Amino acid sequence: MTTAPVLNRRDFLKTGAAGGAALLVAFHLPASAHPAAEEQEKKTPNPFNAWVRITPDNRVTLILGKSEMGQGAMTALPMILAEELYLDWKQVTVEQAPTNPAIYDHGTGGSGSVAGSWVPLRRAGAAAREMLITAAAQHWNVSRDTCKPQDGGVLHGARKQFLTYGELVADASKLPIPDLNTVPLKNSDDFTIVGHDRKRFEGAAKATGAAKFGIDSRMPGMEYAVIARCPIFGGKVAKFDATKAKAVPGVRDVISIDPVGEGAFTSGGIVVLANNSWAAIQGRKALVITWDEGPNANESSASLRQHFVENAATPGKIVRNEGNADAALNSAAKKIEVVYELPFAPHACMEPMNCTVHIRPDGAEAWVPTQAPQWAQQVIAKVSGLPPEKVIVHTTLMGGGFGRRYQADFVMEAAQVAKATGQPVQVLWTREDDMQHDFYRPASYHRMQGAVDPQGQLAAWKHFQSSTSIAAVWDKNGKEKPEASEFATAAFIPYETPNFRVEYALARSGVPRAWWRSVEHSSSGFVVETFVDELAAAAGADPLQFRLQRIGADRKIPDFTNPKENKPLDTARLKGVLQLAAEKAEWGKPLPKGVARGIAGYFSFESYTAAVAEVSVNQGQLLIHRIVYAVDCGRPVNPAGVVAQVESAAIYALSAMLKDAITIDRGRVQQSNFNDYDLPRINEMPKIEVHLVASKEDPTGIGEPGLPVVAPAVGNAIFAATGKRLRRLPIKPADLA
Amino acid sequence: MATTFILNGKSQTVDVSPDMPLLWVLRDTLDKTGTKFGCGAGLCGACTVHVNGEAARSCQTAISAVAGKKVTTIEGLSADGSHPVQQAWIAEDVPQCGYCQSGQIMSAVALLHKKPNPSDSDIDDFMSGNICRCGTYQRIRKAIHRAAATSASKAKSA
Repeated sequence: MTTAPVLNRRDFLKTGAAGGAALLVAFHLPASAHPAAEEQEKKTPNPFNAWVRITPDNRVTLILGKSEMGQGAMTALPMILAEELYLDWKQVTVEQAPTNPAIYDHGTGGSGSVAGSWVPLRRAGAAAREMLITAAAQHWNVSRDTCKPQDGGVLHGARKQFLTYGELVADASKLPIPDLNTVPLKNSDDFTIVGHDRKRFEGAAKATGAAKFGIDSRMPGMEYAVIARCPIFGGKVAKFDATKAKAVPGVRDVISIDPVGEGAFTSGGIVVLANNSWAAIQGRKALVITWDEGPNANESSASLRQHFVENAATPGKIVRNEGNADAALNSAAKKIEVVYELPFAPHACMEPMNCTVHIRPDGAEAWVPTQAPQWAQQVIAKVSGLPPEKVIVHTTLMGGGFGRRYQADFVMEAAQVAKATGQPVQVLWTREDDMQHDFYRPASYHRMQGAVDPQGQLAAWKHFQSSTSIAAVWDKNGKEKPEASEFATAAFIPYETPNFRVEYALARSGVPRAWWRSVEHSSSGFVVETFVDELAAAAGADPLQFRLQRIGADRKIPDFTNPKENKPLDTARLKGVLQLAAEKAEWGKPLPKGVARGIAGYFSFESYTAAVAEVSVNQGQLLIHRIVYAVDCGRPVNPAGVVAQVESAAIYALSAMLKDAITIDRGRVQQSNFNDYDLPRINEMPKIEVHLVASKEDPTGIGEPGLPVVAPAVGNAIFAATGKRLRRLPIKPADLA
Repeated sequence: MATTFILNGKSQTVDVSPDMPLLWVLRDTLDKTGTKFGCGAGLCGACTVHVNGEAARSCQTAISAVAGKKVTTIEGLSADGSHPVQQAWIAEDVPQCGYCQSGQIMSAVALLHKKPNPSDSDIDDFMSGNICRCGTYQRIRKAIHRAAATSASKAKSA
């Protein structure tokens, strides 16, 4: 098995694992609409094996090949299948796919589930439908074109004969599978399911306590385990005394597991095994451990910032260089130079990490709340020594993912414990564990320099970033380009300038980092959309008009960071969402005294989002009245689901902007629970309005694109209201006083 | 040590340490996993149940404290999701990941017992102990108003 260098998250999602533990072959497919689509198409076999099960009494089960973490995949993806099959949604049940990477492109992330499943699921559903029609035609001995799908069956018009799918499926599933490249797809004008609001499939289960999350998994004879991990990143156990821990009622044993480097990045630690979660937690409190603090014990947020500042004092590695930004800046009459800073951010899923595994000599079984069941399967296979086909991984519902559950660390730990004990075990993380052993959104430092010429054009735009890059976590040998996934749209901004320079310097850190909702867009969106706003202010221009004029003519700007994927930034669509958000927010209409608006527009995950925030600041207190969004994510499969994701991303963004930061001291995270890393509560919510562009383009991402525009829109509104620019997140009341 | 209490209308006896939190008795001893663990510190509300009709954070309630008392969990609100608050939650398509929603619903039911027609300010005060990481707050608010209105109109027509 070959490994592929990890260039960015999309390639990572293709290979499924990093570094030496990669067990999947990387495919580099020709450029196409969506890389995940190609992955899924390559795998799709008989649709009646993979996607559609139909009982003789005509109940239809649609198989979900992605993880449901609240983002609505469990509803939107079956909607696509149901549409092509002309199903009545009432006859539909949805089931999670078994973990089988030969059939399913399981990895769920990058806002890619609907976008990547759109074509493959349409084709799979269409193929199944065509096979059912063929079976009916053969049964009646009539020509296919006198048969049509309707009401969960096939109707033969002339003689008004009808056979349900249930009556046909046994024969249909044995027929040759149509060529997926040419199977006729349903005319989109005839859609009755796609494009119409649909309530979440599993909504009722989530309102009754019936929905089972990973942490709710139970196996006969299951033990519960919690792990004491070194609070200092990179540290390990020097010695430990488990005497008191073993004396806690309910505790059965205490064992040790080693840290794992490549492929899963666990801390290792001391494992307390008990017959209930509480006893395990109490047992852990009774452990006496001396830590070997390791190489990162001197790292702190202050030392990291110092590292950023030192990096910024010299030119970074050139990421992009058009024209001569330095010369243009030197000769500019009016230029601005500012620094933006963003901290580490935790995922803070409401369901802490957990994994339930049983490893037997002849096979293994696991219940995992995971965005990457294929990776979970590989890890358990590796630890157990079993072939992957003997490792059954059940993907459960999960209490939030946001990128955290793409990691395999919590799976690796559980596999190690299960292998050691031979018993079924649930490794459970407490909130403190979850807060302090995350893979954080990187901390970053951005020095921006720009100038506007007397005609209001952008004379120069220079972006220096230093960050604790994600790529550097996964490749310690310097083979990766750490800057590769730290800029995204900031490396191909929509604003025209002849002098554009982007530079990067890596800041080394022992803090683990990986993908957090919207990944590098969370910083790039804030930086680009705040800086362009500052340039607009310097030019004395209206923020909306300045953006529209600086974006300029309709054109397609290649994605500089992923040129092979051929998904350019369409400036017409970006201007479209800016204008729609402004229109819906009544941009320009007078507001009550003290209330002001800010705007931001951005391209991420192939979608276009814009937001207008209305805020007021009174005696240092920020009140966000409302956020008005315009969203263009192509054709919405489930419009209600799209709106829900944008609302959700807005709150996630506000959390990182307005509440607490993750700070590091002596190599460890200082925050532990919601007392010192609080999340927004219901009483802090602005009104959120979402307006969808009625697009007929293929669907593109929406789980994440709502996020990058919020902090800049709110920050720009704060500036409009107060004249204060807040460039260091999270903002604090003192910043507004 | 044996502790007896009434769980969702039925007498229940458990033999556990008296300081074991009700949350873990429910989840691990009694396999009632509808009540969720979010923080273990009374800060997130995911573990909310009713004790003698009042909202309580089960992670902060020792089992000994509920001896002889009535405990209601999400499973006890209805056999089939028919409780008006659950119905409002479904009608407004509130849940996303859903993990916080048992706690949200239990808090909302307790609120509506106290204030059958709560104002937005009442909702802010009562529900601010329940975190939703997915940000469904706007819909929670709408669902609470909806449940209040449904109950009010039922009361009128009764």
